[in-house]
Amino acid sequence: MDAINTVNAGDTAWVLISAALVMLMTPGLAFFYGGMVRRKNILGVLMQCFAALCVLSVMWVLFGYSLSFAPSSGFWGGLQWLGLKGVGAAPYADYAPTIPHLAFAAFQLMFAVITPALIVGAFAERMKFSAFMLFSVLWSLFVYYPVCHWVWGVGGWLKNMGVVDFAGGLVVHTTAGIAALVTTLAIGKRKNFAVHVPAPHNLPLVALGTGLLWFGWFGFNAGSALAANGVAANAFMTTNSAAASAGIVWSIMEWMRNGKPTVFGILTGTIAGLATVTPGAGFMNPLSAIIVGALASIFCYMAVSILKPRFGYDDSLDAFGVHGVGGMLGTILVGIFATKAVNAAGVDGAAYGNSHQLITQLTAVGIVFLYTLVVTTIIYKVIDLFVRVRVSEKEEVMGLDITQHRERAYTVLE
Amino acid sequence: MKMIIAIIQPDRLDEVRSELYKAEVNLMTVSEVLGHGRQKGVTEVYRGVREMGNMLRKIRLEIAVNDNFVEPTLKALVKGARTGEVGDGKIFVMNLEQCLRIRTGETGGQAIG
Repeated sequence: MDAINTVNAGDTAWVLISAALVMLMTPGLAFFYGGMVRRKNILGVLMQCFAALCVLSVMWVLFGYSLSFAPSSGFWGGLQWLGLKGVGAAPYADYAPTIPHLAFAAFQLMFAVITPALIVGAFAERMKFSAFMLFSVLWSLFVYYPVCHWVWGVGGWLKNMGVVDFAGGLVVHTTAGIAALVTTLAIGKRKNFAVHVPAPHNLPLVALGTGLLWFGWFGFNAGSALAANGVAANAFMTTNSAAASAGIVWSIMEWMRNGKPTVFGILTGTIAGLATVTPGAGFMNPLSAIIVGALASIFCYMAVSILKPRFGYDDSLDAFGVHGVGGMLGTILVGIFATKAVNAAGVDGAAYGNSHQLITQLTAVGIVFLYTLVVTTIIYKVIDLFVRVRVSEKEEVMGLDITQHRERAYTVLE
Repeated sequence: MKMIIAIIQPDRLDEVRSELYKAEVNLMTVSEVLGHGRQKGVTEVYRGVREMGNMLRKIRLEIAVNDNFVEPTLKALVKGARTGEVGDGKIFVMNLEQCLRIRTGETGGQAIG
């Protein structure tokens, strides 16, 4: 029987559009972060994001997809699909029975691209561009591809253990968030950080970036249903609900603590909600998502405005505080709020009488946390031996745009 | 009365302000300007074309003081802005003809502080 006959046009269209939506999240992230840095460093952020998009896209085709998803019970996926050999129009049933295999690979590509880009927030304004490129390549190879394989790949041991991660709370946000914590501690605080924390130079760009991210997240989460069906619709609604509820709660917390709600706050809140609902978007119902969004803001707000100042680390754009904390929290909350009523192929969580899933999720978070911590540290130290990762003090003062790229983002005279 | 104009590196502004406040100089006007010294700025590249001698961003402070405050102000400015590197900046001291506080109409030394 011809496998191509099982291809469903609606599912394929939805997944391809979702892939495009997720791709848009990388430039979206570039502006989200870009607006937060000082004006002399915005090109540094944009360059890191666009360069990552280019390099990681090619890597994915050459060997990334195979190492992440080719069936294997090993550390990485197998080598059967190097160069996307054998990955074509026919579906690969174990991943997505109703869309071409190539569509699935394209969709996953966009996740592999954005994950290293998320880490940029931790070392913004002080990482050498060459070091960043080396870091993205090595980190993808030794952290993203393996963890992706363990959680989502056929033969992946965390998957076999029963861990669920609908769209990347563990694979994307937790790994990126922990890597952010590691790199921010390793690279050190920005000069003058103790005196004053620089304000975002262009909040409208941050807002634009947030809009693109929220929009793209519908592809990220609802597209992860890999079909145009009820689960996708559910993921769409939970995604939006968590973002909205998180935005409200963050604003309220700010209003109470600082006297006024800010734009920066509501934007950060919505992103925290989006990151936290990601692992459970297709497993929980919209009401649970509203609760998850609220919890996201509470925990992330504390991480950013209490934990960070208390411990004094310079996670410049809150990559750990928002994505890391959100991803871990969300992965754990799946163990509470998941219900088979939403997704028959999913699981039930503690709120539905099954406390076992919660333990599984917690264990997985612990494992990925430790693995990412250790390997990211090693990668960072190795790169630092060859190419000093942090720019010199003089380069940091002049700005990355001029020193790393010989470009100025904003001309002043004409 | 004197008008003191200082051109400094942007990232020294916090230090400079802190030293000025310590010297009890609390009034100033700050603006962002472009400029360069003998090194004639920095090289930028746009699609392969090099542009030399582009200007660098600086901060300009304008502080009006009574004569007895000139020395303390200069000391504070230098203390805050000096790094020993090329690009530290320059200070100009000019005579000030008249000064008037808009709200009250006070003039002269009264209006300055």
